[in-house]
Amino acid sequence: MPLVEVHGLRKRYAAGAAEAVAGIDFAVREGEIFGLLGPNGAGKTTTIGAITTRVKPTGGRVTVDGFDVARDPVAVKQRIAVVPQRPNLDRSLTAMENLVFHAAYFGEPRGARRRRAQEMLDRMGLGDRGADKVDEYSGGMAQRLMIARALMHEPRLLVLDEPTVGLDPQSRLFLWAMMTDLRARGVTLMLTTHDMVEADRLCDRIAIVDHGRIIALDTPRGLRRLLPAQEGLEVTLAGPQPLEIAAEKVDGRADDDRWHARIYGALTPSDLAAAVRDAGRELIELRRVEGSLEDVFVHLTGRELR
Amino acid sequence: MTVHDRPIEREAPAGRGRRGLAGPSLVAFLALCERDVYVTLRREFLAFLSQSLLQPIFFLFVFGRVLPEIGAAQGSYGTQLLPGVIALTLVLTALQNVALPLVIEFSFTKEIEDRLLAPIPVAWVAVQKVLIAALRGMVGGVLIIPLGELILPGGVDLSSASWPGMVAMIVVGALAGACLGLVLGTVVPPNRITVAFGLILTPLIFTGAAFYPWQALDSLRWFQILTLANPMTYVSEGMRGAFTDLPHLADGWVVLGLVVSLTAFGWLGVRGFVRRAVD
Repeated sequence: MPLVEVHGLRKRYAAGAAEAVAGIDFAVREGEIFGLLGPNGAGKTTTIGAITTRVKPTGGRVTVDGFDVARDPVAVKQRIAVVPQRPNLDRSLTAMENLVFHAAYFGEPRGARRRRAQEMLDRMGLGDRGADKVDEYSGGMAQRLMIARALMHEPRLLVLDEPTVGLDPQSRLFLWAMMTDLRARGVTLMLTTHDMVEADRLCDRIAIVDHGRIIALDTPRGLRRLLPAQEGLEVTLAGPQPLEIAAEKVDGRADDDRWHARIYGALTPSDLAAAVRDAGRELIELRRVEGSLEDVFVHLTGRELR
Repeated sequence: MTVHDRPIEREAPAGRGRRGLAGPSLVAFLALCERDVYVTLRREFLAFLSQSLLQPIFFLFVFGRVLPEIGAAQGSYGTQLLPGVIALTLVLTALQNVALPLVIEFSFTKEIEDRLLAPIPVAWVAVQKVLIAALRGMVGGVLIIPLGELILPGGVDLSSASWPGMVAMIVVGALAGACLGLVLGTVVPPNRITVAFGLILTPLIFTGAAFYPWQALDSLRWFQILTLANPMTYVSEGMRGAFTDLPHLADGWVVLGLVVSLTAFGWLGVRGFVRRAVD
């Protein structure tokens, strides 16, 4: 059974306003990393809000682990955790206290809270900063602390809203590694992003959202196949002479003592490799060209600014 | 790099699931209270005391000591004033301890979010805020009694006080202030809060029968009627009745005023809170 099921979700914030979400259906499988990708204002945050009980749907139904978010919000809240876009840490408390009190809200036994909090701080590289007030934390540290806090009550579903916005490359890599690791431990993750590299690298499946609707939902590879005529082979050979080959189109150029080309047509990589060998040439590099996820995104959502 | 070196535990703690949700919610409610008490005592105690007591101390000193001293008021004025200042402290401390943090937590720090995601119905989060702010109001109100003993020329005379009445008025008065604060904190948009506070607090302070017994306003009928719209009037008059045997608004009216105020503002406040919390 999917962990999250969204059926015909609709949300209109005010009478007469446009629908922020205009009928969305998808399911998140247990143990996957599911990405919601879309331009600003596409309805990602509203969708996340509905799943996390913070937005009341005006239509449709959302369940988490079988519990309806509108009817059983408390049961849903026991199963989820949210890492928001902007820090919402308790500024009257230290980092350690943030974790300890969060665990207390979820009924973690008193003795276990502090031990687990220290464990989480260590894992997030904040082991010696537990006694600091959180206003002294940098953006990256605050985010790691929010992740630690989210994990304190061992949620089934971890929801991250634009998790890597504004992070330095080290923090970003740390976050990615952490998310992959969490998935390996059986936690289901949902994230919103407009970072294509992030979506491509992390997500098992991605829903592209625009104007309150899902316009595509597939694996990153599956999404790339939506691009028309972008497939081809990119090849580099030793020696500047062009390779004679029958193909739909060959874009070749010589560069020093190498020949680079993009070859389009029905040719497979092994066909091409065989042709190179038959011609007695040395193959330096051969790869399949797929459109980037960004190409797919722009192809589907258009170029105009939001 | 590993984030966990053990698998996420799957066994659910007792009480999870569809049944027994009151259990986890109660646990969460108490934990939220524990956090607030902890922060009040460990982090904000001096700030809390000064915010809550500074103004009443000056009211007591200027109206209860300075004015009689220079002959601008009778020496017995302090007896009238003390219950009023206790009421004022209860209501204002409780009100400000809900309204101000709420505005900040909803708009700037977003701190409220972690509470809203705790396994507890959203309305309970509002009730918990009211309860803690009322508790702070009660501490402030009770502290006025020894301060009155120090500041007022005649000290504090509790010979005709009704203890059950005092306790009841302190508890109910603080709750009334907190409910009012909940309405303010959820209805006023964050960018208007300074204006709203200025516009609301001053009339609230001076029309709440804190500095004059309501009965004595007979000769200023329109003002006497106007003061009935201020919930604090019932707290001040009830407190006056519990502390002294001086004439005051009839007990029945005090009870009615407080019940109406608690119900109306409590309902409006919780509704406003839920609307702010869930889009």
